[in-house]
Amino acid sequence: MSLTLEGRPKTQRSRLRIVDCDIHPAFSTRTELLPFLPEKWRTYLTTYGARLPEPFVGALPYPRMTPGNGMRMDSWPESGPPASDLMLLQKQLLDEYDMDYGILQALGAGPTTFNLDLAAAMCSATNDWQLAKWCHPEPRLKGSIQICQEDAPAAIAEIEKRAADRNFVQVAIPPRAIEPAGRRRYWPIYEAAATANLPIGLHSAAYGSHTNSSTGWYSYYIEEHHGFAHALQSVVSSMVMEGVFERIPNLKIVLIEGGFAWLPPLAWRLDKQWERMRDELPDVKRPPSEYVREHVWVTTQPIEEPEDPQELLDVIRWVGADRLMFSTDYPHWDFDDPRYTFKVTLPGETQTAIFGGNAKSLYRLD
Amino acid sequence: MDAVVSNIAGAIDVDVHPAVPRRADLLPFLDDVWRETMLARDIDVLDLTSYPPNAPLSARPDWRLAPGEARDPQRMARDVLDPFGLRHAILNCLSGGLVVYNEHIGTTLCRATNDWIAKSWLDADPRLRASIVVSLVNPETAAEEVERLAHDKRFVQVMTLAAGELPLGRKVFWPIYRAAERHGLPIAIHAGSGYRHATTQSGYPSTLAEDYAGQPQSFASQIVSLIAEGVFAKFPTLRFVLLESGVTWLPSLMWRMSKDWRGVRTEVPWVKQPPAWLMREHLRVACQPLDAPPDEVARIVEHLGSDEMLLFATDYPHWHFDGGDALPRGLPDGLRRKMLVENALATYPRLEATT
Repeated sequence: MSLTLEGRPKTQRSRLRIVDCDIHPAFSTRTELLPFLPEKWRTYLTTYGARLPEPFVGALPYPRMTPGNGMRMDSWPESGPPASDLMLLQKQLLDEYDMDYGILQALGAGPTTFNLDLAAAMCSATNDWQLAKWCHPEPRLKGSIQICQEDAPAAIAEIEKRAADRNFVQVAIPPRAIEPAGRRRYWPIYEAAATANLPIGLHSAAYGSHTNSSTGWYSYYIEEHHGFAHALQSVVSSMVMEGVFERIPNLKIVLIEGGFAWLPPLAWRLDKQWERMRDELPDVKRPPSEYVREHVWVTTQPIEEPEDPQELLDVIRWVGADRLMFSTDYPHWDFDDPRYTFKVTLPGETQTAIFGGNAKSLYRLD
Repeated sequence: MDAVVSNIAGAIDVDVHPAVPRRADLLPFLDDVWRETMLARDIDVLDLTSYPPNAPLSARPDWRLAPGEARDPQRMARDVLDPFGLRHAILNCLSGGLVVYNEHIGTTLCRATNDWIAKSWLDADPRLRASIVVSLVNPETAAEEVERLAHDKRFVQVMTLAAGELPLGRKVFWPIYRAAERHGLPIAIHAGSGYRHATTQSGYPSTLAEDYAGQPQSFASQIVSLIAEGVFAKFPTLRFVLLESGVTWLPSLMWRMSKDWRGVRTEVPWVKQPPAWLMREHLRVACQPLDAPPDEVARIVEHLGSDEMLLFATDYPHWHFDGGDALPRGLPDGLRRKMLVENALATYPRLEATT
């Protein structure tokens, strides 16, 4: 099927060209990554596992509400977990909604495991796996270069290795790191991404080395799930207030799977602090909201749903219709179906931009 | 401040800050053992890292103290109570006792601070009301402190900081809520951190500006915890007042939490109403600071979906506005009237009783 502005039958002119900016490809088996790793790390992983800052081996700290760590109940292939089977992913997502492109967000332990050498090996293996299993067989799928930002030299080497391969459209790092995103230890990575003309995609992450709230660990998944947005907010604050966008003017970041209605209030609040404590922020030359407006893109899922859907139009106006990019989060339970994501009618140009145009410009697709 | 601001005369200001008491202030309220301890262990200045005394945030230029000046009731009257024509102002003392690690020191400092507030501030000016400050290290003794002071109706709420050791929804804190609800005392959550944990999920930001910009995260975490753990279900008449939290981030939290709840409410079956509804019912919010361009404020108030949540506050002496511009610009007229008096009276039953 195809989407049209008002649900009319598909015609060449009315077809909505969709880019899904958040698809989670999965391993068919727990050992699927091993062949992509050097022998040394195959053995290590098998013996010690990917050691992560969380209490359990191979299980999420906050159990999700559906099997497979919170998957859509209808997304299970005949064997393996959801989104591990290309044919089902094509059928259920790319073909079902007649998508032009889908951007892969490979979640995994690589960027967060304690052992930095293992981290680099796992990230590189994950990138090879994206090509072999997804991007080469299905050119509509584009990869994200997974790196571990805690090891800048290894991260830069990985970016440089992949930069010329247009199967990859961005660099991916988790928004939860050992230090705030704007600190100088990470600048060389951002410079490498900017040099390669690749945006940095930051996707909400279930693991991190610090508590998931400033007041201690949450108890419930419903809390954790909301807290994902906080990590993204801190990325914005830190990168703006440390002057990262002043230093690297062509750096672009994409905030993925955190919603977006919080972004305008955050930008306003940053402006206020900048006006009042500018002496503390010598590297911030302009109002923070200007950097946000120029350098930050956001994906739509999980889209905020005001009781009065019209109110979302205010938020879109504040964020900027040219900075929002549609995403489904397939195959997770809170998948946003493009037919029902917006409960308000978007102006035609806005709809075109959000559902695909913005992503195509940013990621240089087509 | 020069001009008399007549348009808000009679308002109730829910967030003003007295001095943080020094040791010399507290000694009269301590027994011999604690007097000796305070001297021997050199416990004296306990200003919060969240509010460095000389930072622009911490005091507006014309409300700043000159050397030798004291932030006493007379100065507060001259700076805000008189010129704004306030009917009441609620003292929220940012005491070190709120966050000290040792439960005995915390309990003792809070108790002495509350007694000092009663004697040195509440007795000095009949317009003043105050929050009971409590150490949360031992919630049982915190509840006892609420009980101890409940007879004094000039104490109108219980206060803690936005970032502590554990999320505030946890059942360990419920004895405090039980006591507060019984005595008609809302719980105030004031901006600030005890720095028990990194203030972001990626560690500590470099600057106070960034730290302060992130305060809404702490508030949001507390709200989400209070909802998820079932505090509002267990204590149906208890209200939480957000002080110096900012306002404009609240609608996005309401929308997000109501949606999440529709998806995963089986995890928290005791949450029977949509979180946005619970927030409108149980949360009240001080209007300073309000971070938004004035032209957009009316839209944000629409998004909030309630004209009962906002409460007037100057946040004296913290610096959010200049001159007499205490009311954020762009608020609809009807809301302005409600938030100056009516909403505060509805939030604080003890204000009505003592007016």
